[in-house]
Amino acid sequence: MRRELGIAFALGAAVVAMTLLSAVPPSRAGTPSGDDQYLSPSEMAFSPDGHLLYVVCERSDQLLVLNARKGVVLQRIRVGHIPRTVAVSPDGRQVFVTNSWDDTVSVIDATTIDAGTYVATRTIATGAEPYGVVVDRAGKTLYVANRISNDVSVIDIATGLERKRLMAGRGASYLAISADGTRVYCTHVYPRIGAQRSLPQSEVTVIDTARETVVERIPLEGVAGMFHVALSSDGRMGVVAQMRPKNLVPLAHVEHGWAFGHSLTVFGTDAGGTIEVPLDELEHYYSLQYGVAITPDKSRILVTASGSDVVTVIDTKRLLVFAHGRQKPFMNDLSASANYVMARIAVGKNPRGVAMTPDGKRLYVANRMDDTLSVIDTTSNKSVRTIDLGGSRHISALRRGEQLFTTSRYAFQGQFSCANCHIDSTFDGLTWDLEPDGFGKDIVDNRLIENLSGTEPFKWNGGNPSMAQECGPRTEMYFYRSQSYLPPEVADLVEYIYSLPSRPNRFRLPDGQLTAAQERGKAIFYRKANKFGKAIPEENQCAYCHSGPKHTSQKQFDVGTGKWTDRSPIFDTPQLVNIALTAPYLHDESARSLEEIWTVFNPHDQHGATNDLTKDELNDLIEYLRTL
Amino acid sequence: MKLRVLTALLFITLPVAAAANPAAVATAAETVTTSMPRFRWENFTTANGLPDNHVFAVLVDGDRVWAGTENGLALLEAGSWKVFTPKDGLAHRAVLSLAIDRSTGDLWVGTMGGLSHISAGRIDTYTQLNSGLSNDVVYGVGVQGDFVWTATAAGASRLNTRTGEWTLYNERNTPMAEIWTYAVSTGADKVYYAVWGSGVLEYTIATGRWKDYTDPDGENELVLFKDQGLIHKITTSVSYVDNTLWAATYFGDSHYDGRSWHNFLTKDSGLPSNFTNQVKGLDATRAWFCTDKGLAYYDGVNWAVYRPALDTGKPEMYIRDASGKITQVPVETAPAHNYMLGIDFQGDDVWVATGKGLSHGIRQK
Repeated sequence: MRRELGIAFALGAAVVAMTLLSAVPPSRAGTPSGDDQYLSPSEMAFSPDGHLLYVVCERSDQLLVLNARKGVVLQRIRVGHIPRTVAVSPDGRQVFVTNSWDDTVSVIDATTIDAGTYVATRTIATGAEPYGVVVDRAGKTLYVANRISNDVSVIDIATGLERKRLMAGRGASYLAISADGTRVYCTHVYPRIGAQRSLPQSEVTVIDTARETVVERIPLEGVAGMFHVALSSDGRMGVVAQMRPKNLVPLAHVEHGWAFGHSLTVFGTDAGGTIEVPLDELEHYYSLQYGVAITPDKSRILVTASGSDVVTVIDTKRLLVFAHGRQKPFMNDLSASANYVMARIAVGKNPRGVAMTPDGKRLYVANRMDDTLSVIDTTSNKSVRTIDLGGSRHISALRRGEQLFTTSRYAFQGQFSCANCHIDSTFDGLTWDLEPDGFGKDIVDNRLIENLSGTEPFKWNGGNPSMAQECGPRTEMYFYRSQSYLPPEVADLVEYIYSLPSRPNRFRLPDGQLTAAQERGKAIFYRKANKFGKAIPEENQCAYCHSGPKHTSQKQFDVGTGKWTDRSPIFDTPQLVNIALTAPYLHDESARSLEEIWTVFNPHDQHGATNDLTKDELNDLIEYLRTL
Repeated sequence: MKLRVLTALLFITLPVAAAANPAAVATAAETVTTSMPRFRWENFTTANGLPDNHVFAVLVDGDRVWAGTENGLALLEAGSWKVFTPKDGLAHRAVLSLAIDRSTGDLWVGTMGGLSHISAGRIDTYTQLNSGLSNDVVYGVGVQGDFVWTATAAGASRLNTRTGEWTLYNERNTPMAEIWTYAVSTGADKVYYAVWGSGVLEYTIATGRWKDYTDPDGENELVLFKDQGLIHKITTSVSYVDNTLWAATYFGDSHYDGRSWHNFLTKDSGLPSNFTNQVKGLDATRAWFCTDKGLAYYDGVNWAVYRPALDTGKPEMYIRDASGKITQVPVETAPAHNYMLGIDFQGDDVWVATGKGLSHGIRQK
């Protein structure tokens, strides 16, 4: 069934790339299966006059067009697969939606509003997994952040041709353009691949729009998981919503408030550099800051805590006075937020992107998990309206599972949810010291959770035979330390996690064939004798341990990669699906790249017989692995 | 102006060989002299900010100048030097080669310990252990579209910056008898490699095919067939410009326009030495040669040489015209040393990497 879904997706993706219909889509492969009646609104943008609100719906592959004042849906436009964000040209005539699984941008002609029929006129090719999108002030150039290719596409809108790619941070995702149009800012969700067990490093990538080059990379030390970035109208201040994972200390410290910090980075002239601003409180956390906006008068910053179903309102002046009065960084001071947080406004489930009306009086919040928008009065700091976008009112088990995945209400003091570590149901690029097995023991890599059925058992030591155990007792005992899931909730969560399909593999040729190098690598992967004709013992053949459709035998082996920090050198065989995306590698992320698995950590051929390979043959093997 | 008067006087007073009409020859000689570029040289060493006097490579990026030295990568910007070392993430302290991606502004740095990518201050490093790079000794680097080509001590490597794929080229898939690749030059349609001991390799982008050019006489010490092919197989540098290949060897230099070869030796050209570390073409007819005995410029007919004099160390410039006549041009400054390793251009100015410092040749009008 899973394989059928994968095939269906591949076919579907090809069709979607060419299909420009305005009808509500039928059920489609590639999304968590079974519940396509849900919308999952995630991002929004206003037309320049503020009359129309465009809402991206990830689950239904739609762009909704609303009369913003009335809160009425005018149109439901079909776009590409798993759309992520939306941008509107300065003249309001064109709307751009990134289709993350199609690697395209849908271009929608907004001038057809009078006819009542918006049309996606064309699609533009982007890098791998496009997320954020902005248009330059001239309306001629499109900037698209590509999450998998870790870069920003610079695209000529008239021709649809990509002029260049600019290297951004790992998991490049969200963009904002300055009011004067001279700079584009890009954030990224995965930290840079640095030294093992070192402080996470992230950056805000700054692009000069005149030269179309990266001119600055604002370093953010200790930050991993950056989401939206917003800029003040005078260009003097920027704000990034982000996480500060405390992954270098044992997670046994959850009770001490030491798993995640949720914060903003404020940068620019007003900040006098970069200031990391905590938003949590002493006894309660506001997890997964996501969408962020600054009022036109710069008096307030509003940010969604997507795991806490809250919008936090910050008094900018008080924040800057407080920050400038502190002599040292205060990102870990949980008492600090009381000095500048004005309000915590309850909104719908899993609030994500925000859009502020041009006059700054209203903030619209996309509640991804209940298919509504919350409208916040930025003067009174109150939610004044909820707009139902028309998703299904029936909450299925799978939908409940996704809601459980994204909420932090089960964790002690609401510190984090599954989605903190599995960003957008993927991974986080970090190692963690999870279990109460002694400080510094069993440091483990966080793995991708797509297409998991048939890859049991779980954990790097293979200690959890089922997903129910992984999500239930284990989470209760070692992670949340507060409230356990009820058995039906565990079942829902498991259903959701098992529903997550593999995203399309970007390293295969469009026709599914392998390149010559990939073919050579495949032969190495499946070989049974080395280059000198000597038989390779079965357990040293790649395909012995990495067998089956997901390239795991579901068994445990000692491949010589155990460290002094590991209680046992025997590890579960990981699945290899989309292995190219999840560096670093090995159970403890000691291999910075696929190459290092064999050039550094396989001196005795225990992790596959590879030491007879030349460098180009090893490259071939890696090229094949990247196609899995 | 003073120099011009001096030059004119010099030509009037110097004996002119084989001149039927002394006045006419003097005029022609003066034209040659004034047409050849003259420079005022400013030299940078450790005394004024350079991290090391052994400068292997130089690259101009607008107003900025990068210098690859034996002890770090130096950036001259707004009059001051900034130095990058392994502490900053650079692959190795010895920087051998530099290339800029004009589209993105990113810099690629070949070192003795891998390849570094510098983008707006961020440094990412590729080595033979952590990536598909064929070898850590990166003698040459070039950018061609989305591809970064490297010349390493174990063959050529190509990185596809969009996909991350590495493709290696060596004795198994090219006519590369030796795998010691020394330099690379990229163009829109072709990529050329100088292969130490294996001549020049040409890669045609459209077909993905390789072709080799070697010394037709196969003689290491003799040149039997001077203009019938590459002058020598011990190649050190290539430069592909205007559909023309310039190639440097330790035994003379070559020019190939796709149909005909023309070779240069000290005995029949203005080259100050046959031992050439780098050649860089300006176009199909003009090129600069970095030799162990000075810097040479060739305008298609005449030659000019710039160096500290080999005997006295005093600033020296001389011109060799088409007839072979050599004319000394009085100069007051010279490059830092006569052992030249690399050159790049900044408008009419030149920047030269030498064995004892970086030299800025400021063009004199």
